Amino acid sequence: MGLLEIENLHVTVDNHEILKGLDLKVNLGEVHSIMGPNGSGKSTLAQVLARRESYEVTEGKITLDGKNLLEMKPEEAACEGLFMAFQYPVEVPGITNAYFLRSALNAIRKYRGQDEMDAMDFIPLIREKAKLFEMDEKLMNRSVNEAFSGGEKKRNEILQMAVLQPRLAILDETDSGLDIDALRIVANGVNAMRSPDRSMIIVTHYQRLLNYIVPDYVHVLVDGRIVRSGGADLALELESKGYGWAESEERSAAPA
Amino acid sequence: MSSSVTAIRELAEREYKWGFVTDIEAESIPKGLSEDVIRLISAKKHEPEFMLEWRLKAYRHWASLQQADAEPKWANIKYPPINYQDIVYYSAPQKKPGLKSLDEVDPEILRTYEKLGIPLEERKRLAGVAVDAVFDSVSVATTFKEKLAEAGVIFCSFSEAVQKHPDLVQKYLGSVVPYTDNFFASLNAAVFSDGSFVYVPKGVRCPMELSTYFRINAAETGQFERTLIVADEGAYVSYLEGCTAPIRDQNQLHAAVVELIALDDAQIKYSTVQNWYPGDKEGRGGIYNFVTKRGKCAGVNSKISWTQVETGSAITWKYPSCILQGDNSVGEFYSVALTNNYQQADTGTKMIHIGKNTRSTIVSKGISAGHGQNTYRGGVKILKGATAARNYTQCDSLLIGDKCGAHTFPYIEVRNSTARMEHEASTSKIGDDQLFYLRQRGLKTEDAVSMIVNGFCKRVFRELPMEFAVEAQKLLSVSLEGSVG
Repeated sequence: MGLLEIENLHVTVDNHEILKGLDLKVNLGEVHSIMGPNGSGKSTLAQVLARRESYEVTEGKITLDGKNLLEMKPEEAACEGLFMAFQYPVEVPGITNAYFLRSALNAIRKYRGQDEMDAMDFIPLIREKAKLFEMDEKLMNRSVNEAFSGGEKKRNEILQMAVLQPRLAILDETDSGLDIDALRIVANGVNAMRSPDRSMIIVTHYQRLLNYIVPDYVHVLVDGRIVRSGGADLALELESKGYGWAESEERSAAPA
Repeated sequence: MSSSVTAIRELAEREYKWGFVTDIEAESIPKGLSEDVIRLISAKKHEPEFMLEWRLKAYRHWASLQQADAEPKWANIKYPPINYQDIVYYSAPQKKPGLKSLDEVDPEILRTYEKLGIPLEERKRLAGVAVDAVFDSVSVATTFKEKLAEAGVIFCSFSEAVQKHPDLVQKYLGSVVPYTDNFFASLNAAVFSDGSFVYVPKGVRCPMELSTYFRINAAETGQFERTLIVADEGAYVSYLEGCTAPIRDQNQLHAAVVELIALDDAQIKYSTVQNWYPGDKEGRGGIYNFVTKRGKCAGVNSKISWTQVETGSAITWKYPSCILQGDNSVGEFYSVALTNNYQQADTGTKMIHIGKNTRSTIVSKGISAGHGQNTYRGGVKILKGATAARNYTQCDSLLIGDKCGAHTFPYIEVRNSTARMEHEASTSKIGDDQLFYLRQRGLKTEDAVSMIVNGFCKRVFRELPMEFAVEAQKLLSVSLEGSVG
């Protein structure tokens, strides 16, 4: 059984059908990339997986570790090990990054019946992670995402992922707005987190990020359906031939 | 959308846990107000002649205001007319007040304060805080009096001060808030029954935090306390007040007056966590809180700082203000006001700059949820002689849901061209994006809301003494900013 199984997923936003029968299976330890043109439904898929409530699932099934994901609230999905790195991370004025992250970590630990982590144990942990992402430690004492640069926000998302250690990580357009150095740092961090116990879904418009994070599978999403699936080289082919090519090809099934 | 609605509902449905009633024999006078009632209150307290005279003048002034229908109507609040003849103006626990030892306080009252988290036995108290406990119309106990006396600090109930320090009371009573000040201040001056009195002598830094805990218990009773704090030259004192009341369907009136006087180089820090019963989800019951608080920076280089966290009361009408008379004096006002369900708050401050180089800072954070209406009303006045005066005002509103309101009325009057004024204002809404972000990280909706609100209020919480900061944050049901960061 896959860690994540999506069957015939139909999703409507404001009475407009965005996803029109999407199937996807992600096994533990795999890295999948979802690529597609603007408006194809990539971010909708990410938001639905993270359980955003304004997206209405009209048909289909999603299971995470065999549990019905569609019955979970966002925080329950998070506590079950699902993490989404946001395309547009949100600011929380007056709350320090460190405090926010410790609260999140402890909420998840509590859900799992583990002891909460106190500040003394937490400080060394985030110091280590901040180093990994070449982040100024001072960012941990600033308000969450407030007055962060675009690159700092994205690195902060990946740092959160590194602290929360999810089973399934969804990276929604993490490469957008990153310069080449920041892209490398983020990619190194993500690669360091690849593990047989963790799966990742990398949602992106461009092939660029996949030079650094080489996926096991690439899926092409067009008009609410996966029209083509393949290995890492599919991304290169797409880059040279464009999405129009993928669309015109016959739809092939996602790999088992 | 749906998630913020749930959050508001959860906020709204949180119980008011201080709403219990203490079953105790009370000595109350009949309802209603007249000169005889004033005389009766004064007689019960064995007051000297000057006090009775002052009360009677106040009563006559108030009666004339009432006749002229001069109850203030300018505030952005709505409530049915108050029947002032339908209120009990004096209620005291049956046992005689003014006892010397805590052993003599009715155990039922001790239990009440214990239940409120304010144990009155000194050994149970945090060593750094002295408490005056006011139960309905009287002070029932004051802790650490002896220790404070060693430093020369007078901290006692107002009634006791009238008996033991009549000269100080006569000198300062009404010197900042005269009995003619406003409708509610006149009423208070006529009928006030107790409160706290503080005098910190020259050059003394008060060795501990002083606090008063006000508890309304009896039904259909108004609470009218009066607090007077004098910091003599070079003195420093930090004073805290807290308040709660039982859950009742009827509205109850609370009309207090606080006067602060800071002489040369003196400093007074006054903090409030106001948690009177706010009424139920439909807006039934709750305290009408009409309060006049004012401090006078009478001396040079003096400083008065107000910090308030207003979460309770059906109606809050309150403007802790500073008269900056001494040159180089400093006035500060830090406020968090939360209105939920059908609560209404019209609160803010006045900063009157009279002396040279006077400075004032205003930071106001209003939070509205449910059907709550939250108004900031501020007045900054720079008089002719106030050369080089400065004011900084920051006024932020946070809206939770789409049925509440935030209103801002800043008045600025400048009569000296050397003044420097800054005013910043913002209105924001807890958005679904923000909530979703926090929930995606594993936080429950109510914890996410608390975190956002807590962050919004941080600038004000920082001004509260530690013990109160904790209580204030709990009140907004938020997790404490940890030692990290």
